Amino acid sequence: MSTARQYELVYIVTPEASEQDVTDLHTQVEQIIERYKGTLDKTDNWGRRKLAYEIGKHREGTYVVETITGSGELMKEIERRLRVSDAVIRHLIVRVDEELRVADRTREARQTASARRRVARGLPPERQPGEGRGDGDQNDDMEGPEVQR
Amino acid sequence: MREERGGRGGRDKDKKDAKGGEAPRRGGFFRRRRVCKFCAEKIDYINYKDVRMLAPFLPERGKIQPRRLSGTCALHQRKLQVAIKRARQLALIPYVTD
Repeated sequence: MSTARQYELVYIVTPEASEQDVTDLHTQVEQIIERYKGTLDKTDNWGRRKLAYEIGKHREGTYVVETITGSGELMKEIERRLRVSDAVIRHLIVRVDEELRVADRTREARQTASARRRVARGLPPERQPGEGRGDGDQNDDMEGPEVQR
Repeated sequence: MREERGGRGGRDKDKKDAKGGEAPRRGGFFRRRRVCKFCAEKIDYINYKDVRMLAPFLPERGKIQPRRLSGTCALHQRKLQVAIKRARQLALIPYVTD
């Protein structure tokens, strides 16, 4: 049984913290990952963002998103560290590998089903350019007022 | 390019009127076309970090819009619910708005 799981870690740092503090926190997380032999797949600093509601006395915060592959113990340690840290006002750890796998599987199932139907109708399995109305995926009939993009 | 898009929007509108899909209801509400947005647009993963994806399902009060109003299918409503709750924890969207 493999213990490598993919997690998403989001934490919000106080607006008072400097850029340096944020990078320090990031290196701390990196060190823990290294110690527990996990891998850091991706980091994304959203920068300063307004909070939807006040946390403590803060109205804004710096958001950092990290995608990590590792064991549960690793995440437990990171969570412990973040909880202790004063600079972090909020954090969330979510296990994403299973959700993404489900999403992949449904996408694949849809594609194979569509390919099968097309072949049954005597068409090539993939949609050809310039075939049918519009740009394929988008059906005009589906676009009501609630679909605003 | 902008002109082209404008033209398209106009066409969609005409179509909608012709079909009469937007029947007005009491209190200024409109009956929504009952199509699950996530099924229609083939969105497999409802990302909790994407506020713009969740926003249409949160009326002014900040409550999660029920299925009977949004037309979302049961599967996606369940996933949407989880995504909205995660986004709330991260202060991306409010719990309540007064």
